[in-house]
Amino acid sequence: MNPTKLRVDHLTAFYDGKAAISDINLEFPERAVSAIIGPSGCGKSTLIRCLNRMHETVPRTRVEGHVLLDGEDVYAEDPVRVRRRIGMVFQKPNPFVTMSIYNNVSAALRFNGRHSREATDRAVVRSLEQAALWDEVKDRIDAPATSLSGGQQQRLCIARALAANPEVILMDEPCSALDPIATSKIEELIGRLKNDYTVVIVTHNMQQAARVSDYTAFLYIGKLIEFGPTEELFERPKEHLTEAYITGRFG
Amino acid sequence: MRFDRHARRKWFSHAITVLAGLSVLVVLIPLASILYEAASIGGPAFSPSFFTQTSATPCSPTPGHPCSLGGIGPALQGTIILVGLAGLISVAVEVAAAVFATEYRGRGLGRAISFTADVLTGIPSVIAGVFIYTYFVLYDPTIVFSTLTGALALSVIMIPIVTRTTEEALRTVPNSIREAALALGISKWRTTLQIVFVTALPGVLTGALLSVMRGAGEAAPLLFTAFGSRIFFQGLNKPINALPLLIYNFAESPYQNWIELAWGAALLLIILILVVNVLSRLMIQRMVRRMRGQ
Repeated sequence: MNPTKLRVDHLTAFYDGKAAISDINLEFPERAVSAIIGPSGCGKSTLIRCLNRMHETVPRTRVEGHVLLDGEDVYAEDPVRVRRRIGMVFQKPNPFVTMSIYNNVSAALRFNGRHSREATDRAVVRSLEQAALWDEVKDRIDAPATSLSGGQQQRLCIARALAANPEVILMDEPCSALDPIATSKIEELIGRLKNDYTVVIVTHNMQQAARVSDYTAFLYIGKLIEFGPTEELFERPKEHLTEAYITGRFG
Repeated sequence: MRFDRHARRKWFSHAITVLAGLSVLVVLIPLASILYEAASIGGPAFSPSFFTQTSATPCSPTPGHPCSLGGIGPALQGTIILVGLAGLISVAVEVAAAVFATEYRGRGLGRAISFTADVLTGIPSVIAGVFIYTYFVLYDPTIVFSTLTGALALSVIMIPIVTRTTEEALRTVPNSIREAALALGISKWRTTLQIVFVTALPGVLTGALLSVMRGAGEAAPLLFTAFGSRIFFQGLNKPINALPLLIYNFAESPYQNWIELAWGAALLLIILILVVNVLSRLMIQRMVRRMRGQ
């Protein structure tokens, strides 16, 4: 097991005073893909949104406990700095509708400080290549982001997150709005991303978790039931609930 | 029996269609007749000098002695200056207020701003004039009748309109855009101003245009403030004229040439409002298309 990149320590998150997840303890290893699975409403999205402090952007929410990035508590830091180190891709592609492809990818660089035109250009090309989108858009880099297909838009959003040069990438059901072909492209991409980044992905699709992840966490009604290497969790689950879930007896 | 019912339904349907058609006419007749009236009486007043000159001395034509007309130059200039100034004041206040109301929605101050804007929208415009008038009578009587007080009175009318439409426009920006920006580590401040606000810009501009048109058509707030004048702009602390003020003052005068100027000014005002309305509609369409991602 790779060294721990992100450690979740007694994390409890509230909406309107009700705990959506409670007392979660987890260690996400560096340069590996960790999946979070579980039935709808189990708190998968809440958990992942706590990792980069996006949970607190919703009114009337609260977090207790700690999330440690390289041993440092992200809840003791400026959330803006945290989010620059921990990027995020959302369920539905959400490009900036008023911006071109180029401006979408370079958004983090342009809004978060001064970078030379050359450095920005290089980052845009590198990120689009990493997101396996460069070949499809290199001839129309100034076209509106909305002219891309749904699958391309999602890869654009991945490129946009990568351009910020994060260490961790969070993906909240990144394929749930995509067709099977676009989904397989994103899954291939995730496989390559783990060479450079720590990836945490939420999915309600168990097959997807089995295909793309090295480690899997199973969440049920706000509690962490089991966490371990994906193969072990799927083939020799330690917990009854996990077995029941992955064999399709509920969920 | 069945045939009867069918015939009755058909008859009823026709009756309703005719009724609906008549209602359309009832709505269209005033618009068409106002346009026709203004165009046929005010139209002949239009000439290059109509837009640039000051109004001629009052006179009614007698046989052999036609009156000179002059123009509405000072009123046109005044409307542009007043509405421009009021627009600047409103936009400055409005950007702050609307951004606060939507982006910090749900908190006390944001709600209070929305509520205040709603209430202010319903305040009769003459009250806005009296309010500014009273304030300056008490604190600086030397500029009670001036361009400055006129612009302030207009902005009291315009601020709630712009705030409301800006709030609406900001609200149409999907939350996913905000989340995308925040998740990139862009600060809340920059996200609001440089991403959310820019995305909503066509809507904001539409609101600004609509409020400008509302301001351009108001006479009541200017009665006690801008006051009216027959000469061009003399300074922020001096009275100034405006198109609706000119219409108000000249239309009730007994002089033929002034009445003609009032009609011309009325036609000009209607044309301006129509043009801005069409423009703002086009802008809204463009914004909606963009939001849908086309």
